[in-house]
Amino acid sequence: MCTGIVETAEVSGSGKGPRGWFKLEQVNVSYDHPVDAGLEHALNIDFVNQKEGPGARVAVELSPESARNLVKAILITLSQAAPAIEESSTSSTDTQAKQAKRQ
Amino acid sequence: MHPYTTDMYEGMLAETIMLPGHNGEIINAYYARPLGPGPFPGVVLIHHMPGWDELYREFTRKFAHHGYLAISPNIYFRFGHGSPDDMSAKVRGSGGVPDVSVVGDIDASARFLKSLPLSNGRVGVFGTCSGGRQVFLVACKTKSFDAAVNCWGGNVVQPKEKLTPAQPVSPIDYTKDLSCPLLGLFGEDDKNPTPESVRQLEEELKKYGKNYEFHMYPGAGHGFFYYPSVVYRPEAAVDGWKRMFTFFEKYLGTPGRGR
Repeated sequence: MCTGIVETAEVSGSGKGPRGWFKLEQVNVSYDHPVDAGLEHALNIDFVNQKEGPGARVAVELSPESARNLVKAILITLSQAAPAIEESSTSSTDTQAKQAKRQ
Repeated sequence: MHPYTTDMYEGMLAETIMLPGHNGEIINAYYARPLGPGPFPGVVLIHHMPGWDELYREFTRKFAHHGYLAISPNIYFRFGHGSPDDMSAKVRGSGGVPDVSVVGDIDASARFLKSLPLSNGRVGVFGTCSGGRQVFLVACKTKSFDAAVNCWGGNVVQPKEKLTPAQPVSPIDYTKDLSCPLLGLFGEDDKNPTPESVRQLEEELKKYGKNYEFHMYPGAGHGFFYYPSVVYRPEAAVDGWKRMFTFFEKYLGTPGRGR
């Protein structure tokens, strides 16, 4: 099956590829043929930075069940970290406000 | 097909070349041919969605081994260069390769083969997966081919909601323009193309009185020629290759080591 099922999203952060760490700008999520996983189809996730060329890529090929487990793990982690994330976001807003005031 | 005997000399040349593709833009291609003066029939291979990879180099050499001038153009050339899987990921994340450049590159590859003094003047086209869809597309949009082999091409029947700027028209809509005999190899367990969409295509081919031959393999899904993968189905693959070489010989003339 060539599904053509692809979703893309902007992301910020860093990824470690074959040439070391690089800045991430986009994630492509697809359900299609894997290159390496022993599956007919896989949930493929590619973290990329197109400006740095096709090799700036962190790739995973997961079974659908593994992908769901990953989503759950991310959501649980984010929910546990919610107070810290809120605090960090508030303090970042405060810093920005102070900087704006100084200017 | 020439039966091989152990006293025969055999040789092949295989290399990367550059040639003018769509709009005359230079692209690269993998080209393999038997040694000898020919004349030889030709085959253009359209690589699959996973990229211009080792498997397609092997397929290209397989055709040369069977007595064809064979060329596999890099239809992802305009997206840049990297490992085949990185390039495939880039093309996938960029909305896919545009149909218009694929048709141009494949048509130009057919012209290249026909221009060679080794050519017998006849050229076929072969492709798997997304390449199977593109085989159908080029066989309808050009008159450059004498035979076409579509292996499990998905989205030949492309629903409206799956049309994109790169793939703006469902290939089945071009069926009336199909310009050469078509062989189709499909797996019963495939989800795209499903047996139902293969049947729909067959109805359309019948409607326009086209010359076609379809084979549906039980116990096989998508990509049953791909021996490095779990999708490989040896019985279907062996039969499929045999049918394909018989089909090409019928419409492209006798392959071999020169006549």
